[in-house]
Amino acid sequence: MISDVRDAKQKEIAEVLKQLDMLTKMTGLPVYPEPKTGNPLWSDVRELDLRYQIPVKRISKFFDELKKGKVLATRCNKCGTVYFPPQDDCPKCRTSNLEWKEVQGEGELLTYTVISVKPPSFAHYPDYVVGIARFGDVSVTAWVEGPREKLRVGSKVRLDVSKREPEGYITYRLILL
Amino acid sequence: MTNVAIIGTGHSKFGSRTDVNLQELAWEAVKQALEEANVEQKDIQYFSVGNVGTWSAEPLPAVVIGEYCNLTPSGTMRVEAACASGSAALREAYLAVKSGEADIAMAIGVEQMHQSPNPTVVEMIGRAGNYFWEFENFGLTFPGYYALYATAYMNRYGLKEEDLGKIAVKAHHYGAMNPYAHFQKEITMEEYLKSRPVAWPLKLLDSSPITDGAAAVVLASEEVANKYTDSPVWIEAQGVGSGTANLSRRTDFTTIEAARMAAEQVYRRAKINMDSPWKEIDVADVHDCFTIAEIIAYEDLRFARRGEGLTLAREEQTYIGGRIPVNVDGGLKAKGHPIGATGVSMAVSLARQLLYRAPNKGMQAEIRNGRALAHNVGGTGHYAYVTLFSTRRPGL
Repeated sequence: MISDVRDAKQKEIAEVLKQLDMLTKMTGLPVYPEPKTGNPLWSDVRELDLRYQIPVKRISKFFDELKKGKVLATRCNKCGTVYFPPQDDCPKCRTSNLEWKEVQGEGELLTYTVISVKPPSFAHYPDYVVGIARFGDVSVTAWVEGPREKLRVGSKVRLDVSKREPEGYITYRLILL
Repeated sequence: MTNVAIIGTGHSKFGSRTDVNLQELAWEAVKQALEEANVEQKDIQYFSVGNVGTWSAEPLPAVVIGEYCNLTPSGTMRVEAACASGSAALREAYLAVKSGEADIAMAIGVEQMHQSPNPTVVEMIGRAGNYFWEFENFGLTFPGYYALYATAYMNRYGLKEEDLGKIAVKAHHYGAMNPYAHFQKEITMEEYLKSRPVAWPLKLLDSSPITDGAAAVVLASEEVANKYTDSPVWIEAQGVGSGTANLSRRTDFTTIEAARMAAEQVYRRAKINMDSPWKEIDVADVHDCFTIAEIIAYEDLRFARRGEGLTLAREEQTYIGGRIPVNVDGGLKAKGHPIGATGVSMAVSLARQLLYRAPNKGMQAEIRNGRALAHNVGGTGHYAYVTLFSTRRPGL
């Protein structure tokens, strides 16, 4: 459950804040010595919780179809350019309302990496493989899953739509064939 | 339009600089640059500040630094081009002087990454690319993006782990001699090979560190420069380029297109032979945020043909005495990579190289042509700045 992950993180933060409050109470200032150097540091007493709200109206069809298990790109009627990530404007032709086209079939893995040192917001996952695969006109960046012995540049992959746990939201991944 | 010269340089000690705050750190470099140039703050008609921030508290670093360094009320702006923000700041000040709008300008680069815990910094740098389609769902990290290049390069050209190790060992060899460097110690190939993976195939010792630091240069027009110094270092040419935000919109992961383009612009402007530019350049600083990036830089700058950058590394051709000395200040890998400061730091290192003022004899390249080249890449080939410095006045 994602709530467990969040609770654990909040608990860590609460612990640090508790120590800071104690220090401030004792000394009158939120200033503490950096363990390695002893340099006095002022610990910010103001919080900033960042969670952006990103508009997706213009590409909402992508998410509607994702719910049905499909990964869509957009295609410009005029010049034929296919866009993935999908976008509703073709800057080359200066046209909008592009048509939608499913990214399907076999793709070829162009490159990949295994992320061991993770950002804190990904720390609850085991090490993950991120790759870029070519599907005809477009390439897709996503997690690569499947037998590790098949993991190499040039491997065949297919797109798969499934739930990302523990968050429980629908996303896509590359499956090694 | 006038020629533009560097008439003063300043550089702070790089490292974990929790002994100072952002503006105090900037002042260390600004003060040195003012003293070297022998100018007063009131002479600086414009100053640009390269700073990426977000991990440090000040959202308006240019004015905070302007106030602290007594550069107010001259015009300023904070410049962002990811890891090339320093070169972008240099470009701002350079263009201000070149256009004739300012006679004297200053470019400052500063970054204080240790105001946030390392994990927060990892989180923030990982978001540099296309936030939604690369980070939000797939948690790419900065080493991860370059690892995608390393995997593709290894696959196509047979690059080995040890080849990358050669780059790291060289960086630390020179970093050990640089009193401004974050890591002033040598490393062995054995230590390199044993270091832990961060984003396969890249290891901890393939990676530049999280660093605090500042650098500054005073720039002047030709007319003014001649009044202040007998040894100006000219900005002979600068080339710029950009790459797509999404790496998936690129097709070749063995070259940084933006850097190739920027290098070609520079060579064309300076009439440097594109087939063997190293013959006309004495020393270079390239953007080795990760070891793979240095090997790709050799090729993008045409120091080696495509696929042969690894040969330069294997044959140790980029040490002093080789084909072309590269990163003899320790590079980003050992000198450190305070993101917004790096581009200006390259300008300082190279200006001092050209004037035979390297802080240590062992890291002084032989200067025959009077030319040095800086290659500064922002993000993963998202921004590219290539700058040519020369002791000869352009146009002569």
